[in-house]
Amino acid sequence: MAIEFKPSPSLPPPVNSVGAVAWVRHNLLSSPLNVFLTLFSFYILYLLIPPVIEWGIVGATFSGASKADCTGDGACWAFVGVYFEQFMYGLYPSEETWRINLTLILLVILLGTYAVKTVNKLYLSLVILVVYPVIAYFLFSGGVFGLEVVETSLWGGLFLTTLLGVVGIVASFPLGVLLALGRQSKMPIAKSVCIVFIETIRAVPLITILFMASVMIPLFLPEGMNFNKLLRVLIGITLFSAAYMAEVIRGGLQAIPKGQYEAADAMGLTYWQSMILVILPQALKLVIPGIVNTFIGLFKDTTLVYIVGMFDLLGRIQAATHDANWLGMTIEGYAFAGFIYWAACFGMSRYSMRIERKLETGHKRN
Amino acid sequence: MSDKNSSSIKNFLNDAGNRALIFQVVLLAVVVFVGYYLFTNLQANLANQGISTGFAFLNQPAGFPVLIHLIEYTEANTYGRAFVVALINTVVISLMGIALATIIGVVMGLARLSNNWLVARLATVYVETLRNIPLLLQMFFWYFAVLATLPIPKNSIIFGDFFLNKRGIYSPNPITQDGFGIVIAGFILSIIASIALVVWAKKRQTRTGLWFPAYWASFGTIIGITFLALVVSGFPIEFDLPQKSRFNVTGGMVLPPEFVAVLVALSTYTGAFIAEIVRAGILSVNWGQTEAARSLGLKDSLTQRLIVLPQALRVIIPPLTSQFLNLAKNSSLGAAIAYPELVAVVMGTTLNQTGQAIENIGLCMLVYGTLSLSISMFMNWYNKKMSLIER
Repeated sequence: MAIEFKPSPSLPPPVNSVGAVAWVRHNLLSSPLNVFLTLFSFYILYLLIPPVIEWGIVGATFSGASKADCTGDGACWAFVGVYFEQFMYGLYPSEETWRINLTLILLVILLGTYAVKTVNKLYLSLVILVVYPVIAYFLFSGGVFGLEVVETSLWGGLFLTTLLGVVGIVASFPLGVLLALGRQSKMPIAKSVCIVFIETIRAVPLITILFMASVMIPLFLPEGMNFNKLLRVLIGITLFSAAYMAEVIRGGLQAIPKGQYEAADAMGLTYWQSMILVILPQALKLVIPGIVNTFIGLFKDTTLVYIVGMFDLLGRIQAATHDANWLGMTIEGYAFAGFIYWAACFGMSRYSMRIERKLETGHKRN
Repeated sequence: MSDKNSSSIKNFLNDAGNRALIFQVVLLAVVVFVGYYLFTNLQANLANQGISTGFAFLNQPAGFPVLIHLIEYTEANTYGRAFVVALINTVVISLMGIALATIIGVVMGLARLSNNWLVARLATVYVETLRNIPLLLQMFFWYFAVLATLPIPKNSIIFGDFFLNKRGIYSPNPITQDGFGIVIAGFILSIIASIALVVWAKKRQTRTGLWFPAYWASFGTIIGITFLALVVSGFPIEFDLPQKSRFNVTGGMVLPPEFVAVLVALSTYTGAFIAEIVRAGILSVNWGQTEAARSLGLKDSLTQRLIVLPQALRVIIPPLTSQFLNLAKNSSLGAAIAYPELVAVVMGTTLNQTGQAIENIGLCMLVYGTLSLSISMFMNWYNKKMSLIER
């Protein structure tokens, strides 16, 4: 009679190596030091979380029209509610704010069109980069088609923050690419012009550049010719972040093996063809994290325009906290601003990680 | 004839070298022309507005107060002295910020790698929160939301001899008495002695292989000799304690709220970035190195100190340098909350009073340029010292 082989069933893993208990033992209580650190962390959480919930949610007042409505002992979110429109649009006239919303909706629609397969992406990009800004400009400032003129001094709040950030990002990117290529170029004069520009800008704080833009530019222009302060500040921000962008992109250019340049030359491509078709696509892909970091930095740095007297989101909040009717609302205001900036910056960094993974084409070493 | 001519022009233009030459000549011409154009406009504008040029204004009395000054300063002093006061304020806050941010960054970076799940999560929350919120907002938060809500001096919060109120943090102020020279002499002597000790220990180790705990010994030497000098000279230090009077706190050393807000904001913000750099540096060291060290029988602490950290430092130092530079430049944000640093004093008050934009902005840029250069020179020297020596 043949003996049939019957494997005995596997034993279950030891009780203390799987499940929640094992996880806690391994991650929280593995050594005396770890036990201490765990207790310490719980203490910090205990110090932070209950008061924050108590202040921000349980004891908070969420609606109301004046400070008197805030009877709870927690946060007074009614303050944010009352000032919400100013925080979003600055002093832009209330009945005209639809123009800003319309511009935003237009952008969302245009960006959404990217998902449609039959649309020519090149033309769409041209529309977004060339036609759309013109439309946006006229919608914002008015003066055509019977739209009321809105002075740029009234622009403010999150609208201004976004405008500064987006224009800075879009304009500084191509400039940064040009500067990086110039710095890598074999032409001595072009190279030195780029190096001097990049290094000078990077050596000084953004505030000095903004001061230059608002104080010094008028001195350098002919008598009577003066342009808008917003435009001057935009130029300052763009030049500043272009210098940083250039250094990030240079890193990418340096990481491309020499063979790629030689191969492009061997194919008979001109300088611009080889850059646009061969080198830059690879270089830019390599430095996506650096580029996004520069964008995030730029977005946060837009707050500095407050120092030269423009009222972006932070500026408007700062102004609102000085309102005699709403004194003592600083923490509410800063919490609101902090949340918006945090969400925008955190979102950007997570999105860049997604792009990185999407563009991953397997060059990466393990 | 004309056909031949045009083709020779074509040939000339087809040569990449010639095209580069033309492009550069044009570029240079544009740069020179723009520079000339701006310069002539500037001269005309300055003449129109009756602004004199030059640095003579630095010798005129400034006539404005600077709230925080580490050297003697009154309103009667010159603009030049106000500039020096502001310069010192900028340098002091930058160096203190760098030191604090490095400590916070290293602690948080190591915490993110901790095998304690809770500690790692807390450190992640710290890093992700602070680096995604603008620095200016954080400065405002510390200044207007935290320090400004402290009690008035009458109701100061008291920890022993430390007082905390709206006007700042008060602490005992050490005042040296006669005979303090002996202590200083002892201190310098002990430092020289410990340097000699370290040199001797290194030499002996290369010669005989015997290890001598020179660093601990020199630490002991410095503490011991300094303490001995203190005893010999009869403790020539007295503390000026802060006193609570009816409405105010007098005496002692005071850290003004502007200073505290800028320092805290700068160091916690930059610390979050440094934490990421430290973490990336440590992760970049191959795990095999740790395994090799363990199989040699090294303890975990020695593995970290002798094997992992020296290799991680090579990855850490270059980005760390740029964080230090950022911190020094970001100290200029103190201008927004009335910390009297360079931008506030020179580009703010002085510029407004004298109208000499070119000189003042130029001076500022020069200082920041020099500061940046000094920091990066020091860090490059350190980087070289730490870098891998290959045969």
